[in-house]
Amino acid sequence: MTVKSPPPSLGTDVSRSEGAIAAPTQNRLRALWHPDVIAPIIVGVMALALWEGAVQLFNVPPYLLPGPILVWQTLLTEWPDLFRSLMVTLQITVVAFLLATVSGLLLAVLFTQSKWIERSFFPYAVILQTTPIVAIAPLIIIWFQDSTFVALVICAWIVAFFPIVSNTTLGLNSADHTLQNLFHLYGASRWQTLWHLRLPSAMPYFLGGLRISGGLALIGAVVAEFVAGTGGARSGIAYQILMSSYNLQIPRMFAALAMTTVLGVLIFVGLTWLSNRLLRHWHESAVRREN
Amino acid sequence: MASPAIALHQVDKIYANGMVALQGLTLAVQPGEFVSLVGPSGCGKSTVLRLMAGLGDVSGGVIEGPAAGDRALAFVFQEAALMPWATVVENVHLPLKLQGKSLRASRSPIQAALNRVALQGFEQSYPRQLSGGMKMRVSIARALVTNPSLLLMDEPFGALDEMSRSRLNRDLLNLWEQYHWTVVFVTHNIYEAVYLSNRVLVMAAHPGRLVAEVAIDAPHPRDEAFRTSPLFNHYCREIAHHLAAGETATDMRTTTPPSPAVLP
Ligand SMILES: Nc1ncnc2c1ncn2[C@@H]1O[C@H](COP(=O)(O)OP(=O)(O)OP(=O)(O)O)[C@@H](O)[C@H]1O
Ligand SMILES: [Mg+2]
Repeated sequence: MTVKSPPPSLGTDVSRSEGAIAAPTQNRLRALWHPDVIAPIIVGVMALALWEGAVQLFNVPPYLLPGPILVWQTLLTEWPDLFRSLMVTLQITVVAFLLATVSGLLLAVLFTQSKWIERSFFPYAVILQTTPIVAIAPLIIIWFQDSTFVALVICAWIVAFFPIVSNTTLGLNSADHTLQNLFHLYGASRWQTLWHLRLPSAMPYFLGGLRISGGLALIGAVVAEFVAGTGGARSGIAYQILMSSYNLQIPRMFAALAMTTVLGVLIFVGLTWLSNRLLRHWHESAVRREN
Repeated sequence: MASPAIALHQVDKIYANGMVALQGLTLAVQPGEFVSLVGPSGCGKSTVLRLMAGLGDVSGGVIEGPAAGDRALAFVFQEAALMPWATVVENVHLPLKLQGKSLRASRSPIQAALNRVALQGFEQSYPRQLSGGMKMRVSIARALVTNPSLLLMDEPFGALDEMSRSRLNRDLLNLWEQYHWTVVFVTHNIYEAVYLSNRVLVMAAHPGRLVAEVAIDAPHPRDEAFRTSPLFNHYCREIAHHLAAGETATDMRTTTPPSPAVLP
């Protein structure tokens, strides 16, 4: 006679609960009252008020320092022109940023596949990064005379791609050693290890690189536009800043500057959002802590 | 006797920094046997297990056993070593995925492995949502999912509290009694070693070597009563004695200021 017993199992008296922890429902309106939002807004409003007050009180002429209200009015009247230029700059920024992302990722993967490739090429990536873009932009613009757009994209790419390469390389190399052993034990191919272990491990680093590079691509584009000056056929936002300052249209210059800054902030916020979204399940930087 | 599941002949291991981790180690593990390795910290227990798994090369001697990539082999590391970006199911799926089996095709072995470690209901959790003991159980489920015949475990319960440890001990023994894997189990804990094993190998440090071998002649299934029996105490005392003797011998060898690079 045999007694059939249930199959043995480890740790049988564990209480069950649903695996997925429901995301806390977030009241969006209440989120706006969060100190992270409200505190900087108060500071900003106070600074603007102080600025406007000082300009009015001391009768500062607008060609020296326009008040925020005047800048705002100029922004509204000049919006069509400025916005069109900003879109040109944005286009350069986005193309350069995408190129930097793809080339940075590919180069980082290549680096981690062979120590020799990394040894041979990494110093040149560093050199590219440390050369001041203002100094080489004229050269690049001369080389690509036929297309200012290409020249500007290259300049912005040079500035943007290094943080992605260096961060992603670091990330690919910091895959957990025990997990690497585990993959080896289970006979994982090089490709499997790359795809299932190294790339996911590198994700937070890569996204960190993107957040830096997004802003840098914009700066690179603006700087290159400055260097290109009025020569370019298509006029980006830097061209508008430059022209306004030549013509002593200082409020217009401030308006263009403000738009550039806001664009930079939007890029950063967007990439931060993307990063938090992709990492929210597992990485310390994006996980909602409960202790 | 049948050929051993795994055998080491006069194995030396010297790390790149000159540390002699193992010297002249000879041992064999028979199929279906549960063997424990005990010894002081740093005596080379993890090194032995890693060499058995084909992680790293021996500096001298020969190892006969499964090669890396062999499907019969599974390893449970000292730490849980889960992929933080993957859910419990995806983590347990890993060995099968690396064999080219899709998640869909692996549903039933994954579920079976999770059932064995009582983690039903946590399939979609991420490692950070689990306690230390639960992470360790996921790690064990991942080892079991391929139905290995040789299980190498490196202090799998070392980081757990006494209650979880004894529960998991009992459950591991139940599983072993049912499936008759070959198990090599590393531990600091003498009681755990005696309770689980057919044979306990005692190691000493500097250099890492075997100092004694104690066969635990107690019938299976072993219950809680065994843990408090005079026989159990007798074995524990015997192993403690061998460990102490090993330490003394190590101290005698290193009367001069210890230098890892110097061969005795
Ligand atoms: N990668 C390494 N490089 C150099 N020395 C190492 C390396 N790994 C281990 N050692 C040395 O080899 C010896 C044995 O290490 P091992 O990890 O095998 O010990 P252990 O018995 O598992 O210790 P513990 O019980 O603390 O886990 C130690 O003295 C350690 O310093
Ligand atoms: Mg160890």
